[in-house]
Amino acid sequence: MDTIAPAQPAQTVYVRPSSLTDTPMHYCPGCTHGVAHRLIAEVMDEMEIREKTIGVAPVGCSVFAYNYFNCDFVEAAHGRAPAMATGIKRVLPDRIVFAYQGDGDLASIGMGEIMHAAGRGENITVIFINNAIYGMTGGQMAPTTLPGQKTTSSPNGRDVEQMGFPLHMSEVLAKMEGSGYIVRRSLHDPKNIRLAKKAIRMAFETQMRGLGFSMVELLSTCPTNWGMTPVEALGWLEEHMIPVYPLEDFKVSSALTGLKF
Amino acid sequence: MTRELLEGNFAMAEASVRAGVEAYFGYPITPQTEVLEWMSHRMPELGRAFLQAESEVAAINMVYGAACTGARVMSSSSSPGVSLMMEGLSYIAGTELPVVLIDVVRGGPGLGNIAPSQGDYNQIVHGGGHGDYFPIVLAPASIQEAIDLTVLSFDLAEKYRAITVVMADGSIGQMMEPAELPPMQPVKTTRPDWAVAGAEGRERRVLTSIYLKPEEEEVTNYRLVERMFQIQANEIRYREYYLDDAEFVVIGFGTAGRVALSAVRSARAEGIHVGLFRPITLSPFPSTQIESLAKHTQAMLVVEMNTGQMLDDVRLAIKGQVPVEFYGRLGGMVPFPDEILDEIHRMVRGPLPPDGDPRKRWMLRFTPGRV
Repeated sequence: MDTIAPAQPAQTVYVRPSSLTDTPMHYCPGCTHGVAHRLIAEVMDEMEIREKTIGVAPVGCSVFAYNYFNCDFVEAAHGRAPAMATGIKRVLPDRIVFAYQGDGDLASIGMGEIMHAAGRGENITVIFINNAIYGMTGGQMAPTTLPGQKTTSSPNGRDVEQMGFPLHMSEVLAKMEGSGYIVRRSLHDPKNIRLAKKAIRMAFETQMRGLGFSMVELLSTCPTNWGMTPVEALGWLEEHMIPVYPLEDFKVSSALTGLKF
Repeated sequence: MTRELLEGNFAMAEASVRAGVEAYFGYPITPQTEVLEWMSHRMPELGRAFLQAESEVAAINMVYGAACTGARVMSSSSSPGVSLMMEGLSYIAGTELPVVLIDVVRGGPGLGNIAPSQGDYNQIVHGGGHGDYFPIVLAPASIQEAIDLTVLSFDLAEKYRAITVVMADGSIGQMMEPAELPPMQPVKTTRPDWAVAGAEGRERRVLTSIYLKPEEEEVTNYRLVERMFQIQANEIRYREYYLDDAEFVVIGFGTAGRVALSAVRSARAEGIHVGLFRPITLSPFPSTQIESLAKHTQAMLVVEMNTGQMLDDVRLAIKGQVPVEFYGRLGGMVPFPDEILDEIHRMVRGPLPPDGDPRKRWMLRFTPGRV
């Protein structure tokens, strides 16, 4: 076809990271798991660690995370990912080991394992997907469910008298001397997604430098179980979750000072 | 190498080290804590991985992770701790990973006590974790056997990608006997082709126990049962004592078998043609061997430190061909040779009913709590 302007070569401006496989994801429309997966994969590409990374998949909606990441992966029992990651890191200390966990996996059944992995200062990275609900099993209450939030196992809204208050895992784990980098970010808009990626990079850098346990808590949406559209869900996160779960740096090892991405 | 006076727990731990174990994750629990304590000193000394986990749940999952890398890895525990490990063991079996577990059995159920018992036979031999899987189970009756079987367990686990349990009881763990440790084997430098380590220069590998499509899970389950039959064809182990001309056979494993041997020797000295069959592999179970013994004997006496768990596997093997009697001590009690000698006399005297539950007959003549 003739044109007046000279033809220019096509320029690639956006591409699937090589750390992601070419597999359609099974997540619901509007689920932020896909975003979280991509950010981790981009960081793995940029740090060139794909070939020495081993991931640990949880039980939850992301149980098949290993279908989407193009690196060695293992499947943990519910809540046990930090223990499994510990076993791998202790025998292969020069590899990068990360665990990907939801709020039930990490803060409910896995409470013992996450506390002690942080307490030991295990040089692993945990990506904690906090969407205040149990997704895979159909929307039950999670340890991070908000007061008054209705779920299938708190149909009248979470009653703090009976069911206690939501757990702030980043705040708690940051108190451990073994923690090197503990921050909370959110995936509800492009600005926060960019900040989340930087935090994920810092967490993996913490591991590379042997500075102790690293975790990025990512406030995430679950439109299906919240009973909202994807866009409504992003708004609900901003309006209701951020006041309860502030986006802050709770622990940053002094050896990371000056590091910027 | 020299024979030394060795404690069972220490011996099994050091035997594992000599067998090239690369990682140990465990938790204190009586009567096996000495395994953990020795490993806490020895493994770091050799530059190998050691960690006291926060619970047995955590320990077995650390084992699970390390096993995914193809490293030789183990844990040790006792009955209540092993119950906590059942979830992890099921996952390990579903992922088909080699793992060694030392189980020093104590009185139960529940918190029980710290005395020796064989009450976990069904839990271990018939697979206490959920799902269709088949651990290999080895039962030592002496410190030397505990050492030799521990070394063997790593080879069997790797050969068959199976969980191998060395199931001792509290006495084996705690007692001291002269025994010989093997020379130090070097730690392996190669890894199996299914292990994860970082996908450098190769396709990525995934290790999981999920098979969401039932037809795929069926294929996995079938593979496990096929492997079980391979193990059964190749790995059955047992010891026979005075069986050539035996008219009566005592069957016992571990400490019960060892005590029964003293009773059998006394009975032989009295002129009774009795022998002992002592299974060493409880899984695979020496059913064929026990069945052929039944063809040549008048009666069998099963002695166990439980309410009759191996008893049922024996009865299944002999299919009612001869009377089977039972003698058990429970809850951490250990039988003495004179008790078993009385039982041998009773068996020889007869008459013995050909069927019915041997436990009921035992209960009629047994007083629990008798010291």
